Amino acid sequence: MSDYRTLSAAEIADRTRKGEISAVEITGRALALASTVGSELNAFITLCEGKALKQAEAIDAMSPEQKSRLPLAGVPVALKDNISYTDYPMTCGSHILDGYIPPYDATVVTRLIASGAVIIGKTNMDEFAMGSSNENSYFGPVKNPVDPERAPGGSSGGSAAAVAAGIVPLAFGSETGGSVRQPAAFCGVLGLKPTYGALSRYGLTAFASSTDQISPFARTAEDLVLIYQATAGRDERDSTSVAFDHPNYTADLALSRSLTIGLPKEYRGEGLDPEVAAALDHTRKRLEELGHRCVDISLPLTDKAIPTYYVIASAEASANLARFDGVRYGLRESRDRSLEEMYSDTRASGFGPEVKRRIMLGTYALSAGYYDAYYIKAAQVRELMRREFEESFKHIDLILSPTAPTPAFRLGEKVSDPLAMYLSDVYTAPASLAGVPAISLPLARSTSGLPIGIQFIAKHFDERTLFRIAATLLNNK
Amino acid sequence: MVAEYDGFEPVIGLEVHAQLQTNSKIFCGCRVQYGAEPNSLTCPVCLGLPGALPVLNKKAVEYAMRMILAIGGSVRNESVFARKNYFYPDLPKGYQISQFDKPVGEGGAIEFTLDDHRKSVGLIRIHLEEDAGKSLHPESGEPYTQVDLNRCGTPLIEIVSHPDIRSPREAYAYLVKLKQTLQYLDVCTGDMEKGHLRCDANVSVRPIGSETFGTRTELKNLNSFKHVEKALEYEINRQINLIKSGGAVEQTTLLWNEKSQTAEMMRSKEESHDYRYFPEPDLVTLQVDNDWIARVRADLPELAEARATRFVSQYGIREYDAAVLTDTRSLADYFESVMSEFDDGQAAANWIGTELLAAVKDAGVEIGDYHVKPNHIADLLKRVKSGQISGKIAKDVFAEMVVSGDAPASIIKKKGLEQISDNSVLEPIIERLLDANPDNVAKYRSGKTNVFGFFVGQVMKETRGQANPTMVNELLKKKLDG
Repeated sequence: MSDYRTLSAAEIADRTRKGEISAVEITGRALALASTVGSELNAFITLCEGKALKQAEAIDAMSPEQKSRLPLAGVPVALKDNISYTDYPMTCGSHILDGYIPPYDATVVTRLIASGAVIIGKTNMDEFAMGSSNENSYFGPVKNPVDPERAPGGSSGGSAAAVAAGIVPLAFGSETGGSVRQPAAFCGVLGLKPTYGALSRYGLTAFASSTDQISPFARTAEDLVLIYQATAGRDERDSTSVAFDHPNYTADLALSRSLTIGLPKEYRGEGLDPEVAAALDHTRKRLEELGHRCVDISLPLTDKAIPTYYVIASAEASANLARFDGVRYGLRESRDRSLEEMYSDTRASGFGPEVKRRIMLGTYALSAGYYDAYYIKAAQVRELMRREFEESFKHIDLILSPTAPTPAFRLGEKVSDPLAMYLSDVYTAPASLAGVPAISLPLARSTSGLPIGIQFIAKHFDERTLFRIAATLLNNK
Repeated sequence: MVAEYDGFEPVIGLEVHAQLQTNSKIFCGCRVQYGAEPNSLTCPVCLGLPGALPVLNKKAVEYAMRMILAIGGSVRNESVFARKNYFYPDLPKGYQISQFDKPVGEGGAIEFTLDDHRKSVGLIRIHLEEDAGKSLHPESGEPYTQVDLNRCGTPLIEIVSHPDIRSPREAYAYLVKLKQTLQYLDVCTGDMEKGHLRCDANVSVRPIGSETFGTRTELKNLNSFKHVEKALEYEINRQINLIKSGGAVEQTTLLWNEKSQTAEMMRSKEESHDYRYFPEPDLVTLQVDNDWIARVRADLPELAEARATRFVSQYGIREYDAAVLTDTRSLADYFESVMSEFDDGQAAANWIGTELLAAVKDAGVEIGDYHVKPNHIADLLKRVKSGQISGKIAKDVFAEMVVSGDAPASIIKKKGLEQISDNSVLEPIIERLLDANPDNVAKYRSGKTNVFGFFVGQVMKETRGQANPTMVNELLKKKLDG
């Protein structure tokens, strides 16, 4: 099985169900790669060897009939380290959760395990999912498997790198403003941000609750469908999860009709790398050759996305991160001092600079006298953006755009310039604010060989069209 | 009332937190129970663990709706939960899920009668929120605090009144009525000792006739209705004295100290919290449709005042007794249970209002849990009314019922306490008595009829109180007059 790194999840599951390969053997491969290649990339924070092997053994011990019911039989999966998984530490890429072991599984974890997946490890990430390069991790940056001098993107950099490097065929990251699509683009894999409410957030450490969404990485369209099919759907434990029609996506991945695809002129603004622009043009040409209609559209509110996103996400984060106070779990500094000193010393040493920056920003935006001007205004703009998307989707099926303005930048290139870093979310934040699904597809490479991601955005709960366009473009290269 | 405060008028508004008596917490399935092992009734949700999410308990919403509708308020079709942000060790998430600009209920009023005056205190709002945990500070002064998170997530409603209250006594009467209403609705036990009901007060004073409000202070740590009354009295006088001596009231939060009977400064306006409320993104808008409102309204029980009015007309009892008997829902239920098997309302009211309530009070239990059941009381009263036993004997029987819990019939039988209404038994006793007391017979017949009572007493003594008094009277009269 020297070809493990190129095996798709669908192939692994298929062969495991047929008894051709053993889950223990596959799990062993994944764990071995995670500790070698994974270490070089710094992709994992924790490996879940003990439980992974037990899960694999349990699958191998099943009857063929039992195995036949497992859509992800024996498939190694990695989890971003902000998703609760019992018995192993969860760090969220932070020092402040020192020693914390979740006592419960996230809903997606329960669903993965019920589908036969094997959890290999917890992946590195920007601290509390705040960052676009994975350089904000307490555990150090992740390297891009394509070029170790470059950033894998963020905040789900570890999961993107693990999939791109062939350590696992599937991984979960989480999105708040582009944290899966952007690293998918940087590492040359697929990344899907599902519709807000499609996947339960129960067990996902909150950054900005109103846009947070657990989101998968894959190397093929079919694999992405597999993991989405196995984990999406209403969860009673998440009040914001939605009951929706959840068809069998795998059964029909072919596009049955000609689509109308809009290209917003605002998504090719200043700062767009010429090679990315060329990749976008090339994709347009291919789509037209395949018989789809591409039209130029305008989404005038696009340039408001970054300020809107940073106000809302930071405001929510300032409350969501208040629980990390040293009282019940995790790091506690100055334990013999006053309560106020314990609080401030714990948070001062537990949080990194970017997290502190956003807590300050968010606290300010919610403060008396500023709330109306910042939070309320941002919420209003957000509502207008949602309507702008809704209006567009009355006329078109999909929106086509770059995923990020540039291919992967060098590690260290933007760390000292938070604003430049924030702008790498410029094409991904709008879909997050509107709650619509979006996908990043590895459709091109730069002349120096760096992956370029192309994004498609669909209307609420129209993941099916995203899967079909992905299969169409990736399987007919 | 005008003279009471030397030309000043107090202006008081109350904020009452009432714990809803649901089985489970407001945002998770954990049981609500007072006095359990610390931190035993917790889960990832009420512990605020990373990734855990709140799911609204519909029962809590329904309980809030009951109170809102019962006091004539309106339930919003759409209300919104909000985060109230502050740091405290017993607040695991660093914010409390509450409601802010769109509370579940608005308007309504609490009405009561005080000194024969009808008073209506308007309500601004009733909103739903979760309770925090409890911080336990060791009395010995050790340098640590223990935190019990069992109470985290217990559903509360906060009931905020308009500043319509004009005296500490009115505040007291308002609270009594509020508590009674909550209890009648079965939404809150009203037990202040267990913290099921908590009250903060806002108070200012102004010269009588003034239309504008003075600067108010907020009083906290008011652990009983009496404390509320005393603390308000103290604070009103403090403010008036301050103003009269040329000073000005400052907007502050004060803590009532029951030991010293004074209010101590907790924080000034400058130190007041900025709670940075914003809509709770983990919960969706709470939708309450008109059907739901109609169903809750249809299920509302009859409240105390309406019930008292009905008692007067239906059972023919005095207004005073009706008020006593409707003080709590369980007492009123008890009375009506008795009345389902008995037909003399006033007799039942007298008995329940005196004998029974005294016994229940001695037992230190709630009347609904009292071991002497209404059907036994009805039975006892029926036997008195039919003349089987006298009122005096009934008290003895009741005393035995309290001790043994036995039915009146078996006690009467066992102790041979039936009333003697048999002429053939009473006549010989009376004849013997008259024969033995010729002097008194002569006195009576010469017009000194006040000796009649002597003969009655002797018959009762002879029969150990079991003789039927009416028959004794009749027989004696016949013998003496004849």
